Amino acid sequence: MSRAREFTDGLRDAVPICLGYIAVSFAFGIQAVLSGLTVFEASLLSLLNVTSAGQFAGLGVMTAGGSYIELAMVQLVINLRYALMSAAISQKLDSSVGLGHRMGIAYGMTDEIFGISAARKGKLSPFYSYGAILISVFGWVLGTFLGAYSGQILPGRLISALGIALYGMFVAIVVPVVKEDRNILIAVLAGIALSTVFYFAPVLKDISGGMRIIIVTVLIAGAAALIFPDIPEDDRE
Amino acid sequence: MKGNTYIYILVMAAVTYLIRVLPLTLIRNEIRNKYIKAFLYYVPYVTLSVMTVPAIFFSTNSVYAAMAGFAAALLLAVKGFKLMTVALGACCVVFVLEFL
Repeated sequence: MSRAREFTDGLRDAVPICLGYIAVSFAFGIQAVLSGLTVFEASLLSLLNVTSAGQFAGLGVMTAGGSYIELAMVQLVINLRYALMSAAISQKLDSSVGLGHRMGIAYGMTDEIFGISAARKGKLSPFYSYGAILISVFGWVLGTFLGAYSGQILPGRLISALGIALYGMFVAIVVPVVKEDRNILIAVLAGIALSTVFYFAPVLKDISGGMRIIIVTVLIAGAAALIFPDIPEDDRE
Repeated sequence: MKGNTYIYILVMAAVTYLIRVLPLTLIRNEIRNKYIKAFLYYVPYVTLSVMTVPAIFFSTNSVYAAMAGFAAALLLAVKGFKLMTVALGACCVVFVLEFL
């Protein structure tokens, strides 16, 4: 397939991501301004980070007056899942794909772009990723700008409703995969159960949110890999 | 805020980019170990699920509205609707229920 065709495929497949991002980053923009950032700072933050949960957590650290080290640690824990996604995508690239392209793809390794990249038939072309990243980041920054710019004039009830957008987006990524693969369904249900225990149980509930996500993920995905090591071959060549 | 906002932003961006770029640039060959392959296969979906539940229930003003929003998102996703429809559908349900 030609580079131009790969690029336009990426653009097309990521239109729903772009629209979803506008909704979620709109909520982020509102929150950022409430936390004391300017419209420009909020938009720059979105452009340079492109990470939903990490950005929301980052605002928390900033408003609490946390140190740079603390901020770095929080990002490391919450965003460590991207390392696992990048490792998974490294298996989908042809070994001839060079350093520059790998660095380019890495910029846009989000949950959602990972989702459509993993679902792509055969090897992944960097140009497909560039198309998807371009339109997704556009939506992410535009939504942040609009939210930061208009957030102060919106009613609190609307802001509350937008709070669930991020999680709605996660549901939209996980459910289609769960429908196809029973082992993932079991792993997801086990993960939800253990996460809920960690959230409410004495002692365990004192573990920070980011740390809880890493611990539960490693435990459950590790157990799933031992119990169900036979994953579907990529037969979508 | 105690620190400089721009340094905060750059620290976040640097850490996040390093997390994303190192595996992509360091792992050049196919991983052969089937357990590691299986682990990488399960991780993204388990992480997203763990991030969603139970945090989703506390993402809006009312826990009950959030529960209904979660149910709406699940239903829409099972029916095959795309990202934006699922995300905004959940928002609409929360908005309407909190309005009542």
